[in-house]
Formats: sequence, C-alpha cells, structure tokens
Amino acid sequence: MKKLKKTLIYLFLSIATIISIYPFFWMIVSMTNKSVDVTQGRQLPGTYLFENLRQLFDQVDIVTALTNSAIIAVLSTFFTLFIASLAGYGFQMYRSKGKDIVFNILLLSMMIPFASIMIPLYRLFGRISQTAPIIGIDTLAAAFLPTVTTAFFIFFFRQNTKMFPKDLIEAGRIDGLSEIGIFFRIFVPTMKTTYAAAAIIAFMNSWNNFLWPLVVLQSPSNQTIPLLISNLGSSYAPDYGMIMSAITIATLPTALVFFFMQKHFVAGMMGSVKG
Amino acid sequence: MKQLTNKNSIGWLFVLISVVAITLFYFYPMFDALLLSFQSGMGANLEYVGFDNWSRLLNDPTLKQALINTMTYLMIQVPLMIVLALFFSVILNDPNLKFRGFFRTAIFLPAVTSLVAYSVIFKYMFSVDGIVNQLLINLNLISEPIAFISDPVWAKVVIILAITWRWTGYNMIFYLSALQNIDRSIYEAARIDGANSFQQFIQITIPMLKPIILFTTITSTIGTLQLFDEVVNITSGGPGIQTISISQYIYDLSFKYTPNFGYAATVSYVIVILVVILSIIQFKVAGEKE
Repeated sequence: MKKLKKTLIYLFLSIATIISIYPFFWMIVSMTNKSVDVTQGRQLPGTYLFENLRQLFDQVDIVTALTNSAIIAVLSTFFTLFIASLAGYGFQMYRSKGKDIVFNILLLSMMIPFASIMIPLYRLFGRISQTAPIIGIDTLAAAFLPTVTTAFFIFFFRQNTKMFPKDLIEAGRIDGLSEIGIFFRIFVPTMKTTYAAAAIIAFMNSWNNFLWPLVVLQSPSNQTIPLLISNLGSSYAPDYGMIMSAITIATLPTALVFFFMQKHFVAGMMGSVKG
Repeated sequence: MKQLTNKNSIGWLFVLISVVAITLFYFYPMFDALLLSFQSGMGANLEYVGFDNWSRLLNDPTLKQALINTMTYLMIQVPLMIVLALFFSVILNDPNLKFRGFFRTAIFLPAVTSLVAYSVIFKYMFSVDGIVNQLLINLNLISEPIAFISDPVWAKVVIILAITWRWTGYNMIFYLSALQNIDRSIYEAARIDGANSFQQFIQITIPMLKPIILFTTITSTIGTLQLFDEVVNITSGGPGIQTISISQYIYDLSFKYTPNFGYAATVSYVIVILVVILSIIQFKVAGEKE
C-alpha cells in the first residue's frame, strides 16, 4: 500500500515534469528543424539550425529588437532600483506618521490594473511629446518611464531595510557622513543581495513587458522582442523553425538569470510576502 | 528637536521621486480616466456627454462577452492552479522524496518564460496540425484533429491550460517556503492521534497556509482580471469575440476600432471595480473562517 502510494507520487511528478518541460524541448528541437518537419511533428534535433537563424536575421530586424529590449530593460532596472530603494529606505529609516500615511496611499496603486490607466498614460505622453519629443510617444524612454516606479518595489525595499542594522547608520553619522552619503556609502554596499533579487525581477518584468510597449511604440525601429514575437506569431504562413529560434533567443536571458541566480530569483519573488 | 525635524525633512527627500512618479503615473491617470468616462470623441475634440458612456456599459454585448469570458477563466483557472500548486508543494516538501530539487526546478521552469513567447508556443502546439492533435490521434483518442483555437469552448480550454502551465510552479514556490515554516512536530502529534495524510492536509496544512493562499488567490485574481498577452497571442480574442478579455476590449476600443477613449476609459473602471470587489470578498471569506 505504501509502495503503491510512492509509485503513484513519482508517476504524478514525472508526468508534471514532462508537461512542464515539453514546450521548452519542443521549442529547442523545432529551432533546429525545417518548418515542414515541425508541422509533421518531428521530435528529434535536425540540421537546420543555422538556416533558421540566417532566415531570422535576414527577414526580421531581431538585432534592433534585442538592442531596444536590452536598453529598456537595463535602464528600467537601474531606475527601478534607484528610486525604489531610496523610497524604501526613506520610509523605514525616517519613519513618521505622515510618511506612514503616504506609504499606505502609495500601496493602493498596486490595486490599479494597468489596462485602466493605459489610455490616460498614452494621452499624457502625447502631451509630453509636444514639449519634450525625446521622451514622448514612440520613444524608448516612454516605454519604461511610467513602469519604473512601482509600489511593489518600494514595499520590497522597505521590508528589507528592516533587517539593516541601525548601528551602521549611527557609525556613519559619527564619521561625519551626510544622510545621503550614508545611503550610498553604507546602505547600498551592505544590501547587495537585496539589490540583486530586485534587479532580477525588475529586469524580467521589463524584458517581458508587452501591453504598454504595444501601445506606446509604433515605428519598427523601436520594436521590442515581445512585440516582434507577437508579430511573427500572428503571421498567416508561419515559418516555425525561424519563429522558434526567435522565441529561444528571447527566453535565453531570463532562463540564464534563473539558472545562475536561482537563490536571488526566489528571494526577489518572495520579497513581497515576507513579514 | 531641531535636528529631529531636519531628519524628518531629509526623509521626505528620499521618498520624493517615488511619490511624484506614482502620483503622475498611477493616481493622475485614474483621475483622468474618470474625467474621460464622461466624454466622447477623439483626440482633442472631446466633449462632455454626461453619463452616456456609463449607460452604454449596461447594453454592450461585447463587454458582456468579455465579462463572461474573464469570469470563466477566473472561476476555473485560479482554483485549478491553486489546488495543483498546493498539491505539488505538499508532495515536494517531503524530505524523503528523491530528486526533490529536480522536480521543483522542472515544475517552476515555466515561470521564466515571457507571456508572449509561451502564448505563441501554446498556439502552435494546439493548432490543427499541431503536436497535441498528433498525439491524440496517435493514441487513438480522436480520429479527426480538433480545431482547438477556432472552437469557442476549446479555445477557452487552451487559454486556461496555458495560464495554468505558466503559473502553477510560481505559486508552488510560495507554498513551499511557507511549508518550511511549519513545525514538523505538529504533524508528528497528528499522526500519533491517528490522522491520515489527507486529514493532516485539511486540518493542519491548509489552515497554516491560509495567509499565503489568500495572498496568491488575490494576486492571481488581479492578474486574471487584467489578462491580455495570452488571449491576444493565442486566439486574438477569437473565434469572433468568444475568448476576448476585458483588457483586450479596452485596447481594441482605443487603438483597433474607431478610437473611443471616453468609452474605453469607462470600461476600464469596470476592471477597477471588479478588482476592489473581489479582493474584499476574498478577504472577508478568509476572515470569516477564522
């Protein structure tokens, strides 16, 4: 009876594993096969990898899309970490009644669905375009500016600041550091793992963001990777081998980050719930 | 005393950028959307139309379909995923289980994919000549391929399966870390009292995990109410409008059909209201059982 139960558990887990991993397997195998072979259900690696990649680089501007996505993701991650950690530190280290109230009001923004502010944001950036076209509609800046400051990350940094030893701050003050100096010279270097965890989540969010870039980026030269894949995916005669190469390339950065920084990855995810 | 107020104002400087940015990019747009919901027209030629947009809500077949679809996804997908995630986490929490780390990583792996990328993969896997149809035919479960994507019912099933694939492992991680905080001796005591594993699960695990189950239910609910990437990339809302989500309808109203920002803004308030109501209900339900 006990043995049966154990067998069932392993069977169940194996099936779950196959279902979880199969789409990745299929994606990678299809990248190496001709489109015709993919539609015929070929499950073995083929020899068409370089041809697919050549097609991809010839037919669609994936280099531009990768560059745009990378620029947006890097800047977005930098600003998210900078702005949110300043605020998280400020709310926790300089606590006052007023700040607690403001913090709770900011938290309310987590309940606001993006779809409901998308049109006003589009109008806002339309107006910005008239005075500062460099950050207006259809610019890379517009693709990340409204999404870099989120209550989630402020909350995340505030929670983590609670574990930061206050003695270090006093020591800094005695050494004559300014308040902002303490933040940059003591807090930031001490909290490296917190920053790493936040960076992973911020990078992933930005790299995978679809709806807002779809709204605000219009010209092909500003296309990001998710927009490019969505376009390829909706073509009437899809070249499966080529599309799977694009998807694999798009998935690679986040998959690598996950495998090499699993601990920080999970810490970042959990950051929103721990006490 | 002077130093104290000084520190307090320095503290405000630290939080200043965030307060300005969130006000500008969240709260102001919410206010603008409210104003827009009383206007009609396009671009700069907006005019106030009173409650026209709001009364149109009551008589909009597409919105009705979008609400039905979103609720269908919500009622089936969220419970299915939470139960599965709980189940996996309890099994994987057993320290005697072999290959624990491998199973955990494998089941979590879908969470690293981008929503657009996995949606396109699912669309192809479930196409008429796709791998799922080939598998079902080879197993003699069906004789003719099923048109998953163009059938109103199957298309919803595919969307639900896809979302479940992407998020089950993600939620499992939350439960696993919460399970590690439960004292093993509680289970020992229950076993001595003669409770079987199912009873232990219902009477110990579920109550202990209640806060985290509530948290994941609320985040999943908010996520499903905002569903966009999957529907757009798997079915584009089709066949017809049979799988359209509210977010997609807002997008279509603003950028695909003849742009109508005023009405789109009104529809967007439907999501806000739903998020608030459902979150309150979930809090209440979780609170009452205590």
